Amino acid sequence: MPGISYNQMVVDQLGDAELDRLFQAFADSTRRDIMRRVALGEYSVSGLAALYAMSFAAVQKHVAVLERASLVTKEKRGREQIVRGNHEGLEKARRLLDEYEAIWRQRVAQIADILAEE
Amino acid sequence: MTVISSTKSTETLSFTLVAEFDADVKRVWQIWEDPRQLERWWGPPTWPATFTKHEFTPGGEASYYMTGPEGEKAGGWWRITSIDAPNRLEFDDGFVDDNGAPVAAMGTTHATVELEDIGGRTRMTVRSMFESEEQMNKMLEMGMEDGMKEAAGQIDALLA
Repeated sequence: MPGISYNQMVVDQLGDAELDRLFQAFADSTRRDIMRRVALGEYSVSGLAALYAMSFAAVQKHVAVLERASLVTKEKRGREQIVRGNHEGLEKARRLLDEYEAIWRQRVAQIADILAEE
Repeated sequence: MTVISSTKSTETLSFTLVAEFDADVKRVWQIWEDPRQLERWWGPPTWPATFTKHEFTPGGEASYYMTGPEGEKAGGWWRITSIDAPNRLEFDDGFVDDNGAPVAAMGTTHATVELEDIGGRTRMTVRSMFESEEQMNKMLEMGMEDGMKEAAGQIDALLA
């Protein structure tokens, strides 16, 4: 039973398409840098564009990938588009890593059991 | 405490775990090198692993399957990319289909294992880097929760 409820939970919380978008978003160093910045405070897209050696359009595309992955939110304010970190999206990524951590903690416990036999 | 620390980076999709064991480096190396020992800890307690191949040399391959509580099987492979016995091991880790063929679309995890002598005891550092979300999904499907609960129990037992 616990296994079923657990898997159900994962399926409920993280659909396949959603996971795809999340991992795609993390796969690029510019996007990771944008995420670091907007997690600490809001930026306009043009403000972000000024930070990188790439066109406004390229930065806008990166922001769009992050937005689709629910890692940032974008809001129009006058002529500017304001980008902010979305903590809920980051929380999901963290949850995946938590699960991986649990696997390894379990492996370590099993190794310790084997070593303790001698 | 066996697990000293674990660090997760959502930015690079990597995971680092540091554990210390009351055994020397050569002994801890054996739990990686000897398939009969490896299969006692690689899978969760409810999904024990069976290694059918374990070529523990650079370029070597390992194959295993894990057997679930209902008799269901989930297979995986390793490809050893680097070995410096008894201190360092690197390998790629992926899944296989029902016929034992690697599933390229599932992606791989790259693992780096380091064993370090700390006055007769051993510090083990494992770093995993994920390539894609699919193999993580697959792991989640493998009845991990049962294993996690048992792991918590095992850790408690160790600390008691």
